[in-house]
Amino acid sequence: MSSLIAQLITRKNAPVVKAQLPTFLVNFLHAVLLPTIGILVFLLFWSVAANNIDTSLGKFPDPAAVAAQVGNLYDEHMESRAKEQAFYERQEKRNAARMAKDPNYVAKIRAYTGKETFVDQIFTSLITVMSGFLLAAVIAIPLGIAIGLSKALNTACNPIIQIFKPVSPLAWLPLVTMVVSALYVSDEPMFAKSFVVSMITVTLCCLWPMVINTSVGVASLNSDWVNVSRVLRLPALKHVQKIVLPASVPAIFTGMRLSLGIAWMVLIAAEMLAQNPGLGKFVWDEFQNGSSQSLSRIMTAVIVIGLIGFALDRTMLQLQRVLSWDKTTQVR
Amino acid sequence: MKDPLLNISKIDMVFPTPKGDFTALKEVDLKINKGEFISLIGHSGCGKSTVLNVVAGLYQATKGGVLLNGREVNQPGPERAVVFQNHSLLPWLTAYENVELAVKQVFAKSKSAAEMKEWIEYNLKLVHMDHAMHKRPDEISGGMKQRVGIARALAMQPEVLLMDEPFGALDALTRAHMQDSLMEIQDELNNTVIMITHDVDEAVLLSDRIVMMTNGPAATIGEILDVKLERPRDRLALAEDPLYNQYRSAVLTFLYEKQRKVEEIGSAAKADVKSSEKKQAESA
Repeated sequence: MSSLIAQLITRKNAPVVKAQLPTFLVNFLHAVLLPTIGILVFLLFWSVAANNIDTSLGKFPDPAAVAAQVGNLYDEHMESRAKEQAFYERQEKRNAARMAKDPNYVAKIRAYTGKETFVDQIFTSLITVMSGFLLAAVIAIPLGIAIGLSKALNTACNPIIQIFKPVSPLAWLPLVTMVVSALYVSDEPMFAKSFVVSMITVTLCCLWPMVINTSVGVASLNSDWVNVSRVLRLPALKHVQKIVLPASVPAIFTGMRLSLGIAWMVLIAAEMLAQNPGLGKFVWDEFQNGSSQSLSRIMTAVIVIGLIGFALDRTMLQLQRVLSWDKTTQVR
Repeated sequence: MKDPLLNISKIDMVFPTPKGDFTALKEVDLKINKGEFISLIGHSGCGKSTVLNVVAGLYQATKGGVLLNGREVNQPGPERAVVFQNHSLLPWLTAYENVELAVKQVFAKSKSAAEMKEWIEYNLKLVHMDHAMHKRPDEISGGMKQRVGIARALAMQPEVLLMDEPFGALDALTRAHMQDSLMEIQDELNNTVIMITHDVDEAVLLSDRIVMMTNGPAATIGEILDVKLERPRDRLALAEDPLYNQYRSAVLTFLYEKQRKVEEIGSAAKADVKSSEKKQAESA
C-alpha cells in the first residue's frame, strides 16, 4: 500500500520532460519578438496601402513620410524656441538701453506670441486632459461612494447617470463654451478660457465611468467586512475611511483607467471642434492648411495621440499595481 | 443558581421570503454561565448560524430576545466578538493592523498607544502569530488567517466569544492544531465561548456543553449534553477514554438517528421515498 502511494507521489512529481525551449527564450519571444513582428507586418500593409491611395493633397503618407515629418516637426519646435529666446534677448537689451538713458523709464515686458509648435500642443493637451480628469475624479469618487452606500441615492441618480453617460463631447461643447464665456469673467484670468472649456468638456465626459465603477465597487462590498465593522461599532465616517474606501480601490482604479482613456479621446475631439489649443487644433489646422505635407503631419499627430493614450493607460496601470491591495486582479 | 451571563430567551426567527414567511428558529432557549464553552451542533441549514448572529446582534430575533448581564442585546458590539467562518480579515491590512483596528476602536479611551501596541502583540503571541504579524492575509496560510481572526476577536476582550465554524475551512491536521491552540488559550483566559461546529470530535473535545439542534425549518434545541471530561484535555488520551466515546456516540446518535438529514437530490419521487424513510427512522 505504502509503496503504491510512494509510486503515485513520485509519478506526480516527476519532471515533465518535453522538448522545450529554455524559459528565458520563450519569454523573450513573447515579450519582444511577437510584438515586433506585429508592428512590422502592420508597417508593411500600411506602406502598400499608402502607395495605392491618391488624394487631392498627394499620396497618402507612408511610414517613411511620417518618420521624416517627426524630425521636421522637432526641428520646427527647436527653431521656434530659438526665435523665442532671441526675442526675449532683444527685448531685454532694448529695455536695458532705455533704462540707461532714462532711469525713470518703466520697462514693458511683452510675451512672445509665436505660433505653438507640435511639441507645445502636446504639452497643452496633456495638461488639459490631466486637469479635466483630476477634476472628474475629485467629483466622481465621493459621489460614487455615496451612491454605492445608499440604495435610495442610487435609485435617484441612476436615470441621470444613464442619460448623460452616452452623450458625445461635441454635444456638450457649445453649451460649455457659452456658459464659460458667461460665467468665467475676470480681468486677469488665471487660466485661458479655451483651457477651461476643454477641461470642463473632458470632465463631463469622463465623470460617468468613474461614478459607476466606484458605486458598483462600494455596493458589492464583502458582507463579512461590513459585519466586522458592525461588530466593532465603527462610526459612519470611520467605516467609509477604514473599510469602504480601501475595499473599493480596485473598482475605483478600473473606473479611472476607463475614464482616462475616454478623457483623451474626448479632448482631441473637443480641441478640434472648438479650435482650442492642443493636438486636436494641430490636426484641424493642418487639414485647413492643405499643403503637400499636411497629410503626413496629421498622420504623425495620429500616431503621437495613440502613443500618448497608450502611455497614459500604462501609467494608470502601474499606479494601480503600486496602490491597490488586490494584486490578483488580471490587469491588462 | 446564579444569574447566567448570557440568556438566550425563547427566540423565534422568521425570515420573510417571496413565498411567504420562513420560520428558521422556534423557541430557542439557552442559558450560558461565565467561562462556559458551548458548542452548537446540527446539520447544515438548521439555523446554528442564525442563533449566533442573533446573539452577535447582526440579526434581530422576531420574538424573544438575548440578555447579556441582564441587558438586552439589540445591536452588534465588541463585547460579543465574532470569529467569522472565512476569517474575514481586511486584505489591505497586515495581521497587526487588522488587530490594531479592533484594539483602537475598543480601547480608544482606556489604553495608551504603548499599551495598545503591547496588547496587540500579546494577542498575536497568544495565537502563535507573532512571527508573521506584519504580513498581509494573502501572504499567510488559511490556518494562520484564522489565528489572526481569533486574535482580533480576543483582543476586543469580549464577554462572549462567538465562533462561527472557525475551523470549518481548514484541513484536518491544521484543524487539530487550532483546536489545541484554542484549548491552550481557553486555559489561560477562561472565556465564555459559543462555537458552531459540524465536527463531533471537535465538539466533544472542546466543550463544556454540547447543544444539539433539530433540523429546520423551525429548528430548536433538541438535546443538551454535559461534557464532564477533566481539563486539560489531550486528544490522544481521550481517544481511549470510554467516557469520551460515550459522549461522542451520544452526539452521533442524535445527529444520525434522531435528526437524520434528508438531502433532496434529484426528482420529487426520490425525495418522497427519502422522507418516508426519515419518518421510519424517526419512529424507530
